[in-house]
Amino acid sequence: MGKTFAQEGYNSHSTPTETSKPLSSPDQDTENQSLINDHSHNDSHSEQAHETHSEHEFKADETAFHHISDLNVYNIGPWNFPLPCILYAKDQGWSIFSSSNFDIDDHHHGSGNKAVDRYALNKGRVMRIIDSSFPMGEVSVEGFKLEEKEVEGKKKETNFVIANGQKYELEKSSTIDGGLFGGGITTFFDFSITKNVFGMILVIGLISWLFLGMARSYKRNPGSAPLGSQKLFEPIILFIQDEVAKPFIGVKYERYMPLLLSIFFFILSLNLFGQIPFFGGANVTGNLAVTLVLAVIVFIVVNLNGNKHYWEHILWMPGIPAWVKTLITPIEILGIFIKPVTLTLRLFANIIAGHIVIIIFISLIFIFGKAGAEPGAAYGASVASVLLALFISSIELLVAFIQAYVFTLLTASYIGAAIEEHHHTEADHH
Amino acid sequence: MTGSIVAIGMGLAAIGAGIGVGTIGGKALEAIARQPEAIGDIRANMILTAALVEGVALIAVLMAFLVK
Repeated sequence: MGKTFAQEGYNSHSTPTETSKPLSSPDQDTENQSLINDHSHNDSHSEQAHETHSEHEFKADETAFHHISDLNVYNIGPWNFPLPCILYAKDQGWSIFSSSNFDIDDHHHGSGNKAVDRYALNKGRVMRIIDSSFPMGEVSVEGFKLEEKEVEGKKKETNFVIANGQKYELEKSSTIDGGLFGGGITTFFDFSITKNVFGMILVIGLISWLFLGMARSYKRNPGSAPLGSQKLFEPIILFIQDEVAKPFIGVKYERYMPLLLSIFFFILSLNLFGQIPFFGGANVTGNLAVTLVLAVIVFIVVNLNGNKHYWEHILWMPGIPAWVKTLITPIEILGIFIKPVTLTLRLFANIIAGHIVIIIFISLIFIFGKAGAEPGAAYGASVASVLLALFISSIELLVAFIQAYVFTLLTASYIGAAIEEHHHTEADHH
Repeated sequence: MTGSIVAIGMGLAAIGAGIGVGTIGGKALEAIARQPEAIGDIRANMILTAALVEGVALIAVLMAFLVK
């Protein structure tokens, strides 16, 4: 899925405005002009819009996918704050620098005006220039463009960077799934402190500070009435213990409480952090890689703690004819892996869907206003779209709690199923 | 206008999950109305079952993206 998400998120930068940029030499000018003119998005409509407003055509889906993707800059409102880039490629080693070295262009959603060590910043995301003839070090970049290429009969969208009047292919990297689905595994490793990582560190610091403070307070005044933030969190912790852990895990629940509470508060606080408007919108729980890691942790805990009965029920279900067992066993084995997959996707899809809906509603202003051509319609649409976005935001607050709760509940139920003690002898009497 | 038949599949998955979650929610409300004292158990099981139904729809959506 990253294939379309990532690529569509980028191509609006290849605008006709790039043509107005001065090029390095006049003889390269014509070549570059032709490079840009064969771009498929240059239909008559956008050409016209370009002449009157020097703005590209507004595409709501691109805007949405750009805003939910992970970036190498932290953008608050129109400002882009640089983040450290830690990149490793096999043939050129480590490159560690601040993303301010890319000379971030505030007018183009954080694309870099410079390429550093064959890395370029395309709409806030580091991409590698595959061409080994591209010089190392800082090189000024004229623009980015997106083209469709036919590879094995399929149309593939490829990003290009234009530098020194030539276009260089950029490596396909995806933004929301780390390149696992469709985006392809890149030739470089991105260990950067990206927007999501930064947001995650911020939130982990905040909840650690809160909870360590509370733990100290409980140790200092044992048995006293809750104070300060304890008043808010004690009911939530008791809810997880009494409504989730005890009924689903059973008597051994205490052993799994730290895991359940960590998962619950990690997901909840990141869901809520992603809801803050105009504050970067670090979409951490809407990132497939993050939810996958959470699900893998659950997968490991469940299967390491699975007792004899758990494995018996998977591998050789008791109490049914042997020929049915041969059918059931493969399904049960698949089920072990489907559980974490659904955990991953449920959280990811719910959070990302909410973000996309909000962005699309805000985009209605630009769709009705035809990107500035009809200000009257834009004013009208803005009233409706702000109300709609507010409504969805309130629902998303609810979803933030429900998804954190569902993830914790399912974790508890999977653990409970894995460590449950069966009493076949009793059941056989009935 | 171009498109893919995948979109129909995604729509069908959404319809299926909608029917499933709707039935679960409706039956849970009926059960709560009949036995209000069991609201805690019913709610937890309702969410658990709804999550399982939703999981099928999510797999369908993922497959839709992958085969696109």
